[in-house]
Amino acid sequence: MPIYNYIYVALTLFCIGVAGVLTRRNAIIIFMCIELMLNAVNLLLVAFSKMHYATAVANAPGTTVGTDAQLFVFFIMVVAAAEVSVGLAIIVMMYRNTHSIDINFLNRLKH
Amino acid sequence: MSNILSYIWLVPLLPLIGFLINGLGRNFLSKAMVSIVGCGVLLASFVVSVYFFMSVKEGNHDVVKLFDFITAGKLSIPFEFQVDALSSLFLLIITGVGFLIHLYSTAYMHEESNAHYARYFAYLNLFVFSMLLLVLGGNYVIMFIGWEGVGLCSYLLIGYWFKNTDYNNAARKAFIMNRIGDLGFLLAVFWIIQQFGSVSFGEVFANAEGKSTAILTGITLLLFVGATGKSAQIPLYTWLPDAMAGPTPVSALIHAATMVTAGIYMIARSNVMYTLAPVSQTVVAVVGLATAIFAATIAIKQNDIKKVLAYSTVSQLGYMFLGLGVGAYTGAVFHVMTHAFFKALLFLGAGSVIHAMHHEQDIRNMGGLKKKLPITHLTFLLGCIAIAGIPPFSGFFSKDEILAAAYEASPVYWILGVAGAMMTAFYMFRLYATTFLGNFRGTEEQEHHLHESPWAMTVPLIVLAILAVVGGFVGIPKVFAENAHSLENFLSPIFADSEKLIKERTPLSHSTEYGLMGISVGLALFAILYAVNRFSKKPEMEDASGFGKVLANKWYVDEIYDAIIGKPLKAISKFFNNVIEKSGIDGFVNGIGEGVQYASRQLRLLQSGQVGSYILLMVLGMIILMVVQFFIK
Repeated sequence: MPIYNYIYVALTLFCIGVAGVLTRRNAIIIFMCIELMLNAVNLLLVAFSKMHYATAVANAPGTTVGTDAQLFVFFIMVVAAAEVSVGLAIIVMMYRNTHSIDINFLNRLKH
Repeated sequence: MSNILSYIWLVPLLPLIGFLINGLGRNFLSKAMVSIVGCGVLLASFVVSVYFFMSVKEGNHDVVKLFDFITAGKLSIPFEFQVDALSSLFLLIITGVGFLIHLYSTAYMHEESNAHYARYFAYLNLFVFSMLLLVLGGNYVIMFIGWEGVGLCSYLLIGYWFKNTDYNNAARKAFIMNRIGDLGFLLAVFWIIQQFGSVSFGEVFANAEGKSTAILTGITLLLFVGATGKSAQIPLYTWLPDAMAGPTPVSALIHAATMVTAGIYMIARSNVMYTLAPVSQTVVAVVGLATAIFAATIAIKQNDIKKVLAYSTVSQLGYMFLGLGVGAYTGAVFHVMTHAFFKALLFLGAGSVIHAMHHEQDIRNMGGLKKKLPITHLTFLLGCIAIAGIPPFSGFFSKDEILAAAYEASPVYWILGVAGAMMTAFYMFRLYATTFLGNFRGTEEQEHHLHESPWAMTVPLIVLAILAVVGGFVGIPKVFAENAHSLENFLSPIFADSEKLIKERTPLSHSTEYGLMGISVGLALFAILYAVNRFSKKPEMEDASGFGKVLANKWYVDEIYDAIIGKPLKAISKFFNNVIEKSGIDGFVNGIGEGVQYASRQLRLLQSGQVGSYILLMVLGMIILMVVQFFIK
């Protein structure tokens, strides 16, 4: 499958994520949109990694060149999981304080 | 023997100690203590000076380096004292006459409160200290420290009665006039550093011959600007008559022992450079002569006893500069010395009169004081004869030496000089006759209180009178006796280089010199007799009219200065204050402030507090970055 198909999918996912963050007010949905952007990037990393690996193996069988990005994706997923837990905790606290998860209530910085 | 000279720092140190004691202890020292300290340090300093003078007379001279004062790159300015004939002679004048004035002050200032009395003596000691530093300094920088010191002390002492605004203004005037001159001096010092790489007298004078005449002329003219400020010459002389605001002994100190002789000393010290710059010499001579005559004309019509003396000082200083300008360095220094005696005497005598008259200074209200103040009268008369130049009093010898040298340079100098001398005799005896002869014209109360001054005031008068009478015998001119001019022999090492450079002049024939002397003495005697005759019976009571009024108003010089310098300066300041300052500088500064405030008020709106808008901006920013990245590559 040509690489640009992957790029289109990732781009679409990323744009959906950005649009979601900008337009939605529900904190959880915004959160999910952030994850969407994150995973769009993951998808790109994996796709390019596979592409480089394929060309490298064709030239020299047995090489591991180009696989590091796939490993990197695991790290991103782990960090994202940790971040999700922190983020959800914040949302829980926010709900406890304001009885709402509408981020428009989070305008205290202004005052 | 020469290492004895290395203790020369004792001479200025003693007055400094006196200053510190009196200045710091002014609130708890009694008047007697202050007097003992104030006069004691001066007496001790005088005794030490005499010792050093004797040592110098035996042929010792030395430059005593105390420590490094300024070291910057190749330039090194040590703190050094120069002990030689010239400085040791000035030491004697300053400490000797200074001591007498201190002693006199103990009685004159007795009415002041304790703290002010101590303050007075502290200033007086500091004044003497500065002057000693000035004459002892072994280079131009140390000299400059003393130079500034006397300027400061004159300011402090002229404004001693600081509750009187006029006196404060006089003090400020003295300070500012001096500062104008000091600027010239300072520039000259910088130029010397640039040209010679050193400011020590020895090095500068040794290398002076190799420099071009133009440079030396520039340096010497700038130095002379300094001298006109300190020694009250045209155009910076106006502060000296105003300096009469200070207590009378201070006037005596400024006019006789310290301060005004600084300019003479500096030029006499720099004689080699002046001899190498004939243009500067001519300028010095012409300015000196012009001042001598100009001030003498003003003195004729003054009615304040101290003002007359003040203008006579300006006039006599003019003679000294004339002497310096025509190369009669010894004569000028000689006149400094004799002038110190008789001018201190006259001022202290005037102080005694003012003391007796309860601070009356207008001579029109005096008269007939001869009987009531016998000692003051006699000493004052001797001082007047001395300043008028009647032989064998001291003023005759020194003035004659300058006039003879002036005749050698140009007969025009001599004619004008004699005219000035005649005026000197005239106004001094006008002063004498109006004050001491005739009938008493003051109030009855003043007449009732007339009394001779206490011993502390009369003793200095007597000592100074003796000096004023016999002081001239150290400089008997060659026509009377060969090699009798002991002062010239004593000072010859200082002026030896200049003497070599001055082209061989044919000395005046004896008959010419006798003739010149005869004419000047005759004219002076005529002026004296005329003045005594005219003013003893019928003094000038009414205000002067016509040309006399111009003289009485000092040629309106103060007014002219005010019109051409003071008023335009004020107008410009006003313009700068109202226009440049308010709309220019203030507008600029305030504009920046207002601009920043306005901009921040607008920028503040971006901080809406809406998380969504922040994120939107962030995304927009990222997109812009990406677009920029995309197109730039």
